[in-house]
Amino acid sequence: MPDDTSAVIRPASAGTAAGANGMSPEAMRRLEAMAAAARRRRRLQAWLPWMVIVGMFVVWEAAVQAFDVPQFVLPAPTDIAASMMKWWKPLLDNSWQTLFTTLVGFGFAIVFGLLLGVAIGSSTLLYHGLYPLLIGFNSIPKVAVVPILVIWFGIGTVPAVITAFLISFFPIVVNVATGIATVEPELRDVLRALGARHTDIIRKVGLPRAMPFFFASLKISITVAFVGSIIAETVAANKGIGHLMILASSRFDVPLVFAGLMVTAIMGVTMYVCAVTLESRVTGWATRGQNDQGQVKFGGA
Amino acid sequence: MERPFVEIADVAMRYGGVEGTLALQGTTLNVAKGEFIAVVGPSGCGKSTLMRLVTGLWPATAGNVVVAGQEVAGPLSIAGMAFQNPTLLPWRNILDNVMLPLEVVEPHRRQLRAKRAQYEKQAKDLLALVGLAGFEAKFPWQLSGGMQQRASLCRALIHEPALLMLDEPFAALDVFTREDLWSVLQELWMVRRPTVILVTHDLREAAYLADRVLVMSSRPGRIIAERIVDFPRPRTLETTYTPEFTSLVHDLREWISAARKGEEVANA
Repeated sequence: MPDDTSAVIRPASAGTAAGANGMSPEAMRRLEAMAAAARRRRRLQAWLPWMVIVGMFVVWEAAVQAFDVPQFVLPAPTDIAASMMKWWKPLLDNSWQTLFTTLVGFGFAIVFGLLLGVAIGSSTLLYHGLYPLLIGFNSIPKVAVVPILVIWFGIGTVPAVITAFLISFFPIVVNVATGIATVEPELRDVLRALGARHTDIIRKVGLPRAMPFFFASLKISITVAFVGSIIAETVAANKGIGHLMILASSRFDVPLVFAGLMVTAIMGVTMYVCAVTLESRVTGWATRGQNDQGQVKFGGA
Repeated sequence: MERPFVEIADVAMRYGGVEGTLALQGTTLNVAKGEFIAVVGPSGCGKSTLMRLVTGLWPATAGNVVVAGQEVAGPLSIAGMAFQNPTLLPWRNILDNVMLPLEVVEPHRRQLRAKRAQYEKQAKDLLALVGLAGFEAKFPWQLSGGMQQRASLCRALIHEPALLMLDEPFAALDVFTREDLWSVLQELWMVRRPTVILVTHDLREAAYLADRVLVMSSRPGRIIAERIVDFPRPRTLETTYTPEFTSLVHDLREWISAARKGEEVANA
């Protein structure tokens, strides 16, 4: 920027004892202390999730031991771990099945959700026409749909895939539509005044703008997709973690039921992390500023 | 006499049906090619509506709008626009933001791939002209408000539009940055010579920049006064301290006060 007044304004540090970078030793010390505090804080942030998880298991184990809880009510983490070791082969097979059905259903949800979201977000007519139907559809409990799917497709992989799809496409549609529908009117005017076609506006502005919304919805969708496929597996399947848990509970093998839950949680977290990684790659521009964790605030831990 | 570049004849604009708000009525206004006019008026007098009518973004409820000899029946593709809000795209760097119109407007759109290097040079030259050399790879949020507004001006001008519409482009900026940008805009105009319609509520800004200042009445808006501004160009901040400038601003101020009271004042 042109700055005509700079000659008149004296540097603020003029007159004080200058260090290596024009800073006083006192200022250097303080800056180093702040940097060290920031490093400590970052380290703590990285370790905190693990510490919380380990802490939870320790408390759990201690509580089960202290109150002598029977294994068929609440198995201790060590019992669950032992069960996981013992049954690792069926656990692995069935979790592959669940992961597969979930990802296929989720994949369909992404494709279908994006297309429908773009359509609804870019046309007010479609929005008003389809939204009530979508809301109604989403309000139906998906457990209630599974028997119908079984009538149509029989017991097996297909109902699980469809349930995972049905439960996970709605958040994607709503989020993508919101992102596209909320393009600033002024920006739309700028483009329209250039003679831009409707598709130009969607492509150049709507879609990039909707990406942060889309990824936010992926994080929700992938976790509920697991819910969908496991619901279907508990009702009508001969494979999958849901099926395994139903079998285990009918044999009162409660540690194995919990082992199934653990495996599901691990898969869910893993997929979530994948979504977050992809998100920060593609839409890093939307989370600017949140990465400056070097900031030390007064009153902060 | 040559036909005006923009002709607005007895235009009315009503929002929201028969019972809706009447934003403009009986507005008549001509702008010559290459002229820089400023439209001032009390808030809510339909200045922004006027802009949207001229660019064909909205159809007028009555009357005719003719630009470059053609009746306006849909969005024009020869206009560049800039608003109070810079509306830069946060996922594009400054250079790509400025080049956005080239991806949309014909014939540049078809040639962009083949002539990319040439277009990039044009964009960089334009950025340099407004003092943004070296900021091409930065993202909008890394720039101050004034710098974003400069980039927004570049985006409005990159495709060399015949008509530049500015809707309070500097209203959100501090006084020093605003005065800087006045001279930037004046320079751009003197180099490129587009026809400019500047909508503003800053009377000093209107007097500094425009060849002609038009005053609008409060809603429904009409042009109630017109002043030719003939200070020599390039104008500088010194110009704004001359008695002539002060008395012009003073005149405009009185018209606005009158317009706000709803009175009609004859042309001086």
